Amino acid sequence: MGDWKTITVPVLSSDSKNIFQYTSDKKISSPSMNSQVLRLPLPSSKSMHSFFSAFCTEENIEQSISYLNRELTTLGFPSIYAESKGKELNLISIINCMNELLVLQHKNLRAQEEVEMQHLKLGSDMDHLQNCYAKLKEQLELSKREIVGLQERDRQLQSKNRNLHQLLKNEKDEVQKLQNIISSRATQYNHDMKRKEREYNKLKERLHQLVMNKKDRKIAMEVLNYVGRADGKRGAWRTDKTEARNEEEMYKVLLSDYEQRQKQLLVENAELKKVLQQMKKDIISLLPPQKQKPKERSEDGPVLSDLEEDIGELNKENMWELSCETVREQLTNSIRKQWRMLKNHVEKLDNQVSRVHSGALNDKDVISREDHEMETEKLELEIQQCKEMIKTQQQLLQQQLMSPCDDDTTLLLQDCYLLEERERLQEEWRLFQEQKKNFEKERRSFTEAAIRLGLERKAFEEDRGTWLKQQFLSMSTDYKHSENVTTPSAFLGSSEQDNRLVKSTSQQRKPHCVLSSSVSAEPCQTSHYTTRNSSSVASKKPAGDDSKPNRWVESDKEETE
Amino acid sequence: MNFSEPFKLSGLLGRFSPDGKCLASCVQYRLVVRDVNTLQILQLYTCLDQIQYIEWSSDSLFILCAMYKRGIVQVWSLEQPDWHCKIDEGSAGLVASCWSPDGRHILNTTEFHLRITVWSLCTKSVSYIKYPKACQQGVAFTKDGRYMAVAERRDCKDFVSIFVCSDWQLLRGQHFDTETQDLFGIEWAPNGCVLAVWDTCLEYKILLYSLDGRLLSTYRAYEWSLGIKSIAWSPSSQFLAIGSYDEKVRILNHVTWKKITEFEHPATIANTKTIVYKEVEKSPSVETERLSFPPPRALASSLFSTQSKYDVSQVPVSLQYIKPAADRANPKMGIGMLAFSPDNCFLATKNDNIPNAVWIWDIQKLKLFVVLEQLCAIQSFQWDPRQPRLAVCTGNSKVYFWSPAGCVSVQVPGEGDFQIVSLSWHASGDSMVLLSKENFCVCYLEREEVK
Repeated sequence: MGDWKTITVPVLSSDSKNIFQYTSDKKISSPSMNSQVLRLPLPSSKSMHSFFSAFCTEENIEQSISYLNRELTTLGFPSIYAESKGKELNLISIINCMNELLVLQHKNLRAQEEVEMQHLKLGSDMDHLQNCYAKLKEQLELSKREIVGLQERDRQLQSKNRNLHQLLKNEKDEVQKLQNIISSRATQYNHDMKRKEREYNKLKERLHQLVMNKKDRKIAMEVLNYVGRADGKRGAWRTDKTEARNEEEMYKVLLSDYEQRQKQLLVENAELKKVLQQMKKDIISLLPPQKQKPKERSEDGPVLSDLEEDIGELNKENMWELSCETVREQLTNSIRKQWRMLKNHVEKLDNQVSRVHSGALNDKDVISREDHEMETEKLELEIQQCKEMIKTQQQLLQQQLMSPCDDDTTLLLQDCYLLEERERLQEEWRLFQEQKKNFEKERRSFTEAAIRLGLERKAFEEDRGTWLKQQFLSMSTDYKHSENVTTPSAFLGSSEQDNRLVKSTSQQRKPHCVLSSSVSAEPCQTSHYTTRNSSSVASKKPAGDDSKPNRWVESDKEETE
Repeated sequence: MNFSEPFKLSGLLGRFSPDGKCLASCVQYRLVVRDVNTLQILQLYTCLDQIQYIEWSSDSLFILCAMYKRGIVQVWSLEQPDWHCKIDEGSAGLVASCWSPDGRHILNTTEFHLRITVWSLCTKSVSYIKYPKACQQGVAFTKDGRYMAVAERRDCKDFVSIFVCSDWQLLRGQHFDTETQDLFGIEWAPNGCVLAVWDTCLEYKILLYSLDGRLLSTYRAYEWSLGIKSIAWSPSSQFLAIGSYDEKVRILNHVTWKKITEFEHPATIANTKTIVYKEVEKSPSVETERLSFPPPRALASSLFSTQSKYDVSQVPVSLQYIKPAADRANPKMGIGMLAFSPDNCFLATKNDNIPNAVWIWDIQKLKLFVVLEQLCAIQSFQWDPRQPRLAVCTGNSKVYFWSPAGCVSVQVPGEGDFQIVSLSWHASGDSMVLLSKENFCVCYLEREEVK
């Protein structure tokens, strides 16, 4: 970058029209930059002065002013003269011009700054790009070299590979050669061996002859006495019969062995066939019913039907017990086919499962799954809630059960219970009292009714008595008109009293008694009758009327109480 | 488990009688017959020369003692100690001798395999079988003792003849040639109906013939490399196990005579389902304060004999693998020992490349079941004739037992070295005889299973 230096030139004190001049100086560090930059020499202050004085001196003021005017007008500024002619200077215009010039200068300086800035930036960009370019060139060089190296290695490896192949081939050839050598040597050895053996046999024969010829007495067996045979039988001659017998026995032995083996194999076979049948059934049950989908591969259709026919046949006729070739083949073939179908089916299922997992298929499935999930969530929530409820209820129950342990509360509770009971009992008492009152009332009424009834009866009896008396009297008057019937006074008195009593009472009690007026007669005999009824009345010989009724009432009361 | 005291023995000749009552052993030229339970000497016989081979007759009444150098076979009777019988082959020489299944005939193989002479103890008759094959297993009897198969070689071709043991007659038409180059061995199946014939180790070929001489099947696993080393029939005749020099066992089934599986014997066992028992030594703790001089015998033996026990190793286990020298004949590689358990459930094999290990295969699952890794090379192993229990000896004074319940190592008590080289079970499975070069001892097992 450059260093900026601003130098302010001191004001020229001589003139009122001072001109400030700014000079800028810029030093450029990188030599690669092209020197389009303004390079202004740095004038010293003295030279500045001289420079300033060089232009305008006291002699050429007019010329310099006119020069300046010309320059300014060419630049587009208004004239500094007051009028178009004359030497009068327009100070205002001069000042304006100066100001304009200054402004212009500022602008220019700024523009210059900007340009220089831009210039710097571009320069740095350029540097950067050149660096990148250099690096990339280097990288390119490197990779080219690498490629060359790798190619070289590849070539080497290929050549090595070829060598190894060649070696392998050589080795194989050698092995083959060696094997040939071995075989040829083996044949040679065999031949030699045979030759030697023949020689050896010849020697043996010779020796044998010699040995036999000698008739060596030594070759003998000395035995004290001959021992009996192990099985106690005697020795037998060798005849053809014995030979045949031997052969027979041998064949018997062989046959029995074969039979045994065959039995074992049959058993095994039967078991295996059973297992195969079972497997077949299982496979059929596992396979999906393919009859519903006729659009399936047509090969399977007829095959399946054939198989089913076979199955039917086999199951019906118990053909597994036969062991003929065709049945066996059928069984194995059918099992193979079914196994293949089952395999395909399983593969299909696997594909489906994988597709569902990847989620690339049917929205229906996906949604249903989502629904399912939501439902499960809901159910879970419900379960949660229920559990919480159960818990709270349990807690409460626990509290209920646990709380009686506290004494105060128990007392309180007991008090509560007692209050309750007491209230209940009070209620009942009230009810009871009411009922009692009612009963009393009823009893009173009943007693009154009873008294009334008694009184009425009494009155009736008295009336009857009087009527009878009257009758009797009437009858007696008929006989003895003059005779006075003297009845015991007591009775009379009493009767009268009684009558009076009865009257009074009847009057008191039953004013509507009709026979009361006729009672004043002497009903002696009837008083008997009446005394029976009114004996109760008469027995109570009261002092006054009131006492009798009082007593009566009292007795009523008593009765009622 | 009880051990008897060691008795003298020579030639690894200690045999239980087939009825299980007696035990015969030889010391140089003497034949000692003991009672099995008490080990008391019942009989003592003296032979004319050092005995090289003894064999009980099938009814346990007679013992034959073969002296190959002198060419003499002497037969002793247990019932009548005075009875004697001597068979002298004279200049014909004697290479092998064996009983016939009926216990009344002795088959002597003369030198150079000139002929096989059948001497009868009942009659004065003598039979000859010409041109017997000079191979390891040239004569094979069926299990029921009815038939005998003899391998012959005439005009550079191998033949097999089947004889009826009762009268030594050749079964009609049962003289057939085999397609082998050089027959190595023949063996009957336990059911007596199939005869396995296999070729020399230069050629992997096994042929199966029926009793009437028909060729049932041929099996060839590969060409050129060394072939069959050992074979074993399963007790039910269902399987035929073929061990070969390529360290594999191939199992053929009796229905199709095709291979049903291959058992490999690699040096590294990686299958996690295999149990590997490793024998480790545990040094006995000796209290130095209580040592006295001279140390008592029992203590001395226990000091010097290290105890050992089995540890279960974690798979993967790598076993000691030996690569034999390639330029020597009969290399120690391949499956050298094969044995089926009597219940047909297990097969025990030994890979000669890995001489310290016994491989036990589960036949029901056709998988490797157990590997026993011993400290020394396996000398021999034998299955208990009654139950799936395997006894192993490795040339030290311990005998190892394995059963599906586990395995145990038992130290034979006694002083000095008792290097067990061979062992043989009693027919009842209750006892066994342990043979070393100089001695033998009898081990009595309890009725319960060894843990």
